[in-house]
Amino acid sequence: MRHGHRGGHRGRGPADVPVRSDGERTLVLPGEEIDVHGLQPGPGTYRVDGRTYASVLGLLSRRPPVVRVIPLSGRYIPKPKDVVVGTVTDVQTTFWLLDIGAPRWAPLHMTGTPWKIDVGETGNYLHVGDTVVVAIESLDPTGRIGVTMLGDDLGKVDGGTIITLSPAKVPRLIGRGGSMIQMLTQQTGCRIAVGQNGRIWVDGTPEGMVRVREALRLIEEEGQRSGLTERVAGYLGSSGGDQGDVGPGPMPGRPPFDPPNPIDDGDDSDDDAGPAPF
Amino acid sequence: MGSVGAKEVPVLLSPDGKRIDGRRLDELRPLKIVAGALHQADGSAFVEWGANKVMAAVYGPREVHPRHLQQNNKAIVQCKYNMAAFSVDERKRPGLDRRSQEISKVISEAFESVIFVEEYPRTSIDIYIEVLQANAGTRCAGVVAASVALADAGIPMVDLLPSVAVGKIGGAIALDLKKEEDNFGEADMPMALVPQSGRLVLLQMEGHMTAEELGRSLDLGVQGCRSIYEVMKQALRDRYQVGGGAAQEVGA
Amino acid sequence: MSNEVTAEILGTHILELARTGRRLDGRGIDDYRPVSVEPGFAAAADGSALARIGATAVVCGVKLEPGKPFPDTPNAGVLTTNAELVPLSNAMFEPGPPHPRAIEVSRVIDRAIRAGEAIDLAKLCVTPGEKTWVCYVDVHVIDHSGNLIDAGSLAALTALTHATLPSKRFSLGDDSPLAVQHYPVETTFCRLGDAIVVDPSLDEELACQGRLTIATDEAGNVVAMQKGLVGAFSPDDIKSLADRAFRHGDRMRKIATGA
Repeated sequence: MRHGHRGGHRGRGPADVPVRSDGERTLVLPGEEIDVHGLQPGPGTYRVDGRTYASVLGLLSRRPPVVRVIPLSGRYIPKPKDVVVGTVTDVQTTFWLLDIGAPRWAPLHMTGTPWKIDVGETGNYLHVGDTVVVAIESLDPTGRIGVTMLGDDLGKVDGGTIITLSPAKVPRLIGRGGSMIQMLTQQTGCRIAVGQNGRIWVDGTPEGMVRVREALRLIEEEGQRSGLTERVAGYLGSSGGDQGDVGPGPMPGRPPFDPPNPIDDGDDSDDDAGPAPF
Repeated sequence: MGSVGAKEVPVLLSPDGKRIDGRRLDELRPLKIVAGALHQADGSAFVEWGANKVMAAVYGPREVHPRHLQQNNKAIVQCKYNMAAFSVDERKRPGLDRRSQEISKVISEAFESVIFVEEYPRTSIDIYIEVLQANAGTRCAGVVAASVALADAGIPMVDLLPSVAVGKIGGAIALDLKKEEDNFGEADMPMALVPQSGRLVLLQMEGHMTAEELGRSLDLGVQGCRSIYEVMKQALRDRYQVGGGAAQEVGA
Repeated sequence: MSNEVTAEILGTHILELARTGRRLDGRGIDDYRPVSVEPGFAAAADGSALARIGATAVVCGVKLEPGKPFPDTPNAGVLTTNAELVPLSNAMFEPGPPHPRAIEVSRVIDRAIRAGEAIDLAKLCVTPGEKTWVCYVDVHVIDHSGNLIDAGSLAALTALTHATLPSKRFSLGDDSPLAVQHYPVETTFCRLGDAIVVDPSLDEELACQGRLTIATDEAGNVVAMQKGLVGAFSPDDIKSLADRAFRHGDRMRKIATGA
């Protein structure tokens, strides 16, 4: 049984958050009829016999000319140009497969990297379990997700850690105009790369990383309540803001990456040197 | 499932129309739903319905394993219904049995009827239903739990899928049979409704009913599903209206 | 086969933190996550419990049914332990026949109950050589967030201590409480570099360099052990872990029995 048609790809991201106070947000559930007020039904909706219904659980957003439902849960649904953090799950002769928390693994082709690689040499550059920051380059109707490592601030990361957040909470982590992420980087001295897929890469002192993890837990658990920024600020303030000689972090979501280098398996670098200096 | 020795058939319906647990013929057993009961799954729900305790989890859409099951134009929906060994009076041997496999199949197809599977080609949406305590109607409780879990996992679908069984006890059509009524009644008919369209996507029946009784049973089942639908929606609102994110306590 | 791959930098970070006595979730090296039990969770069983350790949740149901004793132990009851690591509980588990991982969990839990003589099997005998009670201990994992062995063992001991021998149902007299004579529980540790942490989370299990489970009883005996995963422990490590296991075990026994 197929009912009507769907409004297209669902989207997520800061721009999707309704600019309203929390009290005005409307939660809709699959199957719930939506009063479109003359607007076009958009993502997260479907139409049957001239009526519009929600297809996903989420917040109703009326932004002329479109009415849509912004999902509050679920896997990461890729959008072109999104920056995401992924884990290498497989190495093939001309590409790697990345787990980016999306419905499918995303192939990163060797031509989508700054490295000059011969066929069959992919394994010298990235290994299973490596963490990379990539951008969504292409989406095709078969569900294939093309990603690239070519672009500012993209590349393999070394050191630091990964913290996961529901993709739907990423806009709260960034905050209005980047306010939340700015506060986090300043208060903890950590470098933070926010993947739109809810994988967050963090590097800094062990203390700083523990505090970022705790702040992210607050955002995960209380991300839908108002006053989140104040509560996170309260937490960071009460757990000691002095991070010694660690300077303020870079711009939110924009980690500075050195041009990635091929892996040198014979590398005898000092593992005790602390967070990688990039 | 009976235990050792033949038992006498209990009186399922009193002269004043009350059932063995005091319910009216059109009355549901108490139903409690917790959305987001587990930490590892993409979506989950715990359902306590009468003496049934059923947990459901959804993983996906995700890569298909084994790969040959992959469909090029849509997601596949794979449900696995399973009963814990200790969920019934007589210990159930763990592992696959024909009953569980049939139930898994009809539930998979019911959900594929309402999920917008074409949005996620070449992926799998996996639904796991674990019956921890059984007292008739576990497949309906499983569908209700799985449906809330699917919404919790952000899966796009036509509607939630309320589900209930209608049966015949002591000659009367009754909603939501419990174990004794299921064992000693004359008919049992589980169903699942798409409230948006008013159509059924799961229907099974076993026993004896006249055409007239079947008609009344369907009407009563649809009415029951509509009540259950409200409980399902409330469970999701409770999780997402305020706060949310953290898994809630089971049975708390 | 699992298709889950964890980021290597997460494991490295866990090891780095452990070097200074810290853990991802803020716990100390010798701290458990919050532990709780709910006896009687699955009422169709003769004894049952839901046990939680942090986000890990395990249900155990005990079923008692008459059966035949084994020919070599005609005067003893039969004890069977089975653990189901169902795919509902974690993306890494898939449907199908039991994975060696599930079999190991089953057998380690079984060993503690059996070697620790939690129940007096002789008392389960009805007619020597002919009829005895068969005690099925079924452990059902519903949320795998690490340390299944301790959660399963705690659920099993709680279920056993709250179990009833259903004699009436099988026309064998009146119901009576299942006679539990000892209280074995398991305590699991993982090596993270030089640190050895108790109650590993899932991330810690994936990053660890060896796992050691020590089952203790209330009388000061070690009754079962299992070293698992890739890694090694020195005799000195094991001696000091046994001391820690007794301390944690005593607390777990109180939780299981509601004392």
